[in-house]
Amino acid sequence: MTRRWRLGAATFAVLALATAACSSNGSTTETTSGDTTPVATAPGTGGKAVGFIFVGPKDDVGYNQAAYDGSQAVAKAFPDLKVLTAENVPEDDNATRVMEDMISKGAKIIFATSYGHLDPAAKVAAAHPDVVVIQQGNLIKGTVAPNFGTYFGTVYEPVYLAGIAAGKATKSNKLGYVYAFPIPQTTENISAFQLGAASVNPAVQTFTVATSDWCNPAKQAEAANSLLSEGVDVITQHQDCTKTIIEKTEAAGAFTVGYHADGSALAPKGWLTGSQWAWGPLYVDIVKTTLAGDFTGSKYNDNYRVGLKTGDNPFVQSKYGPSVTDETKALIDTARAAIALPDGSPFKGPVMDQDGKVIFAAGTTPDYVTIEGPAFFVQGVVGKLPT
Amino acid sequence: MDLLLQVMVGAVRGGTSILYAALGETLSERAGVINLGTEGCMLVGALSAYAVTAQTGSPWAGLLAGAAAGGLLALIHAVLVLSRKANQLATGLVVLFLGLGLTSLFGASYVRESINAFHPIAIPGLSSIPWLGEIFFDHDPLTYLSYAVGPAMWWLLYRSRWGLLVRAAGEREEVLAAYGHSPLRVKYLAVCGGGALAGIGGAQLATAYTNAWFENMTAGRGFIAVALVIFAAWHPLKCVTGAYLFGACLALSPALQARGIGINQFALDALPYVVTVLVLIFLGRKRLHAAPEGLRKVFEMAPAS
Repeated sequence: MTRRWRLGAATFAVLALATAACSSNGSTTETTSGDTTPVATAPGTGGKAVGFIFVGPKDDVGYNQAAYDGSQAVAKAFPDLKVLTAENVPEDDNATRVMEDMISKGAKIIFATSYGHLDPAAKVAAAHPDVVVIQQGNLIKGTVAPNFGTYFGTVYEPVYLAGIAAGKATKSNKLGYVYAFPIPQTTENISAFQLGAASVNPAVQTFTVATSDWCNPAKQAEAANSLLSEGVDVITQHQDCTKTIIEKTEAAGAFTVGYHADGSALAPKGWLTGSQWAWGPLYVDIVKTTLAGDFTGSKYNDNYRVGLKTGDNPFVQSKYGPSVTDETKALIDTARAAIALPDGSPFKGPVMDQDGKVIFAAGTTPDYVTIEGPAFFVQGVVGKLPT
Repeated sequence: MDLLLQVMVGAVRGGTSILYAALGETLSERAGVINLGTEGCMLVGALSAYAVTAQTGSPWAGLLAGAAAGGLLALIHAVLVLSRKANQLATGLVVLFLGLGLTSLFGASYVRESINAFHPIAIPGLSSIPWLGEIFFDHDPLTYLSYAVGPAMWWLLYRSRWGLLVRAAGEREEVLAAYGHSPLRVKYLAVCGGGALAGIGGAQLATAYTNAWFENMTAGRGFIAVALVIFAAWHPLKCVTGAYLFGACLALSPALQARGIGINQFALDALPYVVTVLVLIFLGRKRLHAAPEGLRKVFEMAPAS
């Protein structure tokens, strides 16, 4: 009898453990504690906490880690506010649930940091007019609610600059780009990379491989191997975790252009440069503006994009690797200055699509809404967008 | 590189982890126990191998840890199924989620670690044979080891005395008992051995193929391995062929894309699963006769009263 009971208890414990381990995804954890109780008037004011939701783990050496580091900068800047963070929040109604949970814990400002968190964020913003919900990376179409907004860095600017380094470094004139899904944020990066490379090396082409996954190391390994055996000698990527591809590229003696994080330690020989996030100052300013009651009508109450023109792009160029020449660095400096001009842009016309059709005519500079519109690949990109 | 050649090289590279898991599952099912938790065994194997390699600096120590972890998780399955007579299918799923949950929980801190992984070693002489050399003899040590495991499993099951006991346990355990052997002990060993092989498959994935740990990095390979055992008719050598077929399906998509051949990425992603379904449809009924008799009991349950 005792034996049976014990085994039953053991079985139950195993099941409970499994359930607990699975449901730990998306649960919130508190980082700092404190208390503030001003009178609530404008949306986002009078809260006790700020919430952050991430689509992946906070230590992925990539996108989510950068966002998490930003949330910790907020915790440091506002010691009186609780900073609630939730990792592995799926891009569906689970996100709504997690945000509602944060609001019930006193959050009046919520950062939804993944592209696909837009719809759940919009739902929460509509249900809670007193809470400011701000989404990272997507675009709100139509009118923007007074307590809602999106923000992002102009990602394609540093990617364009890194493309220049790739175009100068390649010997085979074949660059490789591993990406997850053909969303505009990715396709504009691929196009900018090719445009940057072609600006210094007209013969260059960018070969693309999609993995249909933000982090699947096995698919990444096979993607890198396929590109390398096709003669590609510079590889960059738009993936959430970046290690596998960088290591495969380095082992093959090819060059690496990074994305999301500084991976130069993984590629001591082949690292060229890359793009990485520094979210802290922007997050802190958004929280500051909101707490002051100034969110509605501010630049953040919109689709806010910062870049080289505004001088505070949170997406910055990574450091150079050992093989980048002074000539290349000078070319990149010139290009950076040109983008910062009022009519400057990596996509300054003329820009042709893959079939040689003009997308942006000579002398025109498309704004970010146009660039982040329907996905396109520029001339020189090899690969097909699913239709 | 030639497209066909590249897909074949990719088939071996990507199919090896499935190969280990499928051979492990063959052993387990030959003894009459289906382990749907193979995916979980691969995951704990992958994380344990990665973590121990990170701590000790030796991927071989990691390999042992991976095999041990896979075997231990399978032991849970064996205890519930064999000693507690729990339903094999339900228990297998519990074991899968246990593996998934535990590795997500304990693996988070290893996502950012780098390891001294297994490196590809081209075998002098053999690797310079055109085609064959590139396909088979320019890989990591765990891939070379896998070449021996298929034939070894065949020998074990069909030529060794212990293999006879395993197969008897899977067909008619009464005979085994009448003969004076303990079917339970044989089954325990087969299930744990199967889990250990799945763990080695996970170790190959994490420490030889991708050199990375990420939660749920097996992404369905364990389930492909379970399906593979059925279409290989519980035969180790057919399993080897099948594993490479799936490896080829996985390698085809990036190989085509890297050549700029425009096929919808989502259609290509579905290919391994479409092949699984097709093979099971066309071979499933025929193969059923090859199933160990003990497995039928799993599906022919009396309705609950």
